[in-house]
Amino acid sequence: MSSGESLRASVREVMSPSVTPPTDNRPDPAADLLLPVPDDDGAPFWDYAARGELRVQSCADCDELRFPPRPCCPHCQSFAARWQKMSGRGRIWSYVLPHPPLLPAYAARPGYNAVVVELAEAPRIRLVGNLVAAADAPLNSVDPARLRIGAPVKAAFHTLPGGVTVPRWLLERP
Amino acid sequence: MGATLKDATAIAGIGQTPFAKQLPGSEKTLACRAIVAALDDAGIAPSEVDAFASYTMEETDEVEIAKAIGAGDVTHFSKVGYGGGGSCATVAHLAAAIATGQASVGVAWRSRKRGSGPRPWKNTQVQLPTPAQWTRPFGLLRPADEIGLLARRYMHEYGATRDHLFNVALACRNRANQNPAAMMYDRPLTREMYMTARWISEPLCLFDNCLETDGALACVVVAAERARDCRHRPVYVHSAAQGLPAQHHGMVNYWNDDPLTGPAWTAARQLWKGADLGPQDVDVAQIYDAFTPLIPLSLEGYGFCGRGEGAAFTEGGALEIGGRLPLNTGGGGLSEAYVHGFNLITEGVKQLRGTSTAQVPDAATCLVTAGEGVPTSALLLRS
Repeated sequence: MSSGESLRASVREVMSPSVTPPTDNRPDPAADLLLPVPDDDGAPFWDYAARGELRVQSCADCDELRFPPRPCCPHCQSFAARWQKMSGRGRIWSYVLPHPPLLPAYAARPGYNAVVVELAEAPRIRLVGNLVAAADAPLNSVDPARLRIGAPVKAAFHTLPGGVTVPRWLLERP
Repeated sequence: MGATLKDATAIAGIGQTPFAKQLPGSEKTLACRAIVAALDDAGIAPSEVDAFASYTMEETDEVEIAKAIGAGDVTHFSKVGYGGGGSCATVAHLAAAIATGQASVGVAWRSRKRGSGPRPWKNTQVQLPTPAQWTRPFGLLRPADEIGLLARRYMHEYGATRDHLFNVALACRNRANQNPAAMMYDRPLTREMYMTARWISEPLCLFDNCLETDGALACVVVAAERARDCRHRPVYVHSAAQGLPAQHHGMVNYWNDDPLTGPAWTAARQLWKGADLGPQDVDVAQIYDAFTPLIPLSLEGYGFCGRGEGAAFTEGGALEIGGRLPLNTGGGGLSEAYVHGFNLITEGVKQLRGTSTAQVPDAATCLVTAGEGVPTSALLLRS
């Protein structure tokens, strides 16, 4: 996996609706959501995300999936790893609705949620993310009343103003 | 069988500064005041101190403290990681050092200007790549958000309600209302105030979160025989343990098979293994309460009830004086002061001396725990 891959986020699992919602891509200082700061182990996840792929590290010897990524398999101690493509489907495992005090960019999006999604293929692999109305919709684009544990969701990909692509989550039954 | 910790050492002195949203003086000054007070309480000269233990997050280091208070030659010093998870381990490390002859007079301390100083999560430059890359970009910014996710899941799985969390907040507040040193001494809490409070990270409201405090505390650990010659009744370290469970991830513990069994379970197994007592023998508990949901989780982890029963345990005044398990009798982090749990240790000592402002009659055993949800530690104290 080369980290020099194009960051072009051309692959979208869900097309934006015909009426373009307000976007989180605007060049507004208050819009600066935090960017992921990858470590060596995590870098491939973000590189694949930039290509619109949700991949999870797995052991190349015993095939156990592991998250967060790390240098060595905790089951068989192998240092050989590969990145397995996930379907992008999952369920909400838990969620919170953060309220102020918050960093300014997040305070500017009142009612936003943070969710933990358990992946359909591997329920013990869970990802923190945001449930949004469309890949490029604002963080607070889903009515908090729509959130519930167990709701089926699917991954979409959004490129932040800093050029980093992050997975986001859409309700399967909006 | 080698050296054992069981009753080999005792806490002989405790000291503290006032607690407030803003105190004058540096963290170093506050640390020295608390330590000098603790040594005076024990009746031990600072020149006899030969061991120190604190948190890795402590900003005042041993060199500065030792030279300021006039310590002698120091032969043991250690620091424990993971914020509030390290509180009880500071005493445990001193107890181990003293029981094995590496030192004779140990001082543990925590000094923090968290009330008037910055909130750590506001620093966007210090983004630890692991595991913050998986959480912070999505607006999971603060400990309240991280624990809020576990709390929501816990409520979903076990039918716990906000009333259960209120039971925790109320017990701590009621005890603070008896404690003139507590920040919330003159601020009673009602169910209506709780239920209408602003959210911090829904499902957690303002009163589910600990205070923000300036203050410092310290305690002095010596061998049991030495403690019997000190000014106060010795409070023995009956058992001590740390806990970092297999496949644990810190406060963002969403990535193992069972995120709702945290470090408390690991620390508890070791704690009870080293004790002649069990949960049924505990007269009073000081359980780390940065957030109310940590109490039901810890009650389960330390074996006061079964899995999923921690919320129900809080019903019927169980955590109040006269209840099944009087909790955080100085007011805890929720209502006395939040100094990374060190005030829970000193309150445990006060209970076993019989000098608490909310004294449990004839209290002879006290469980003290450090932060659940991070690599943790615990002490079982007895008189």
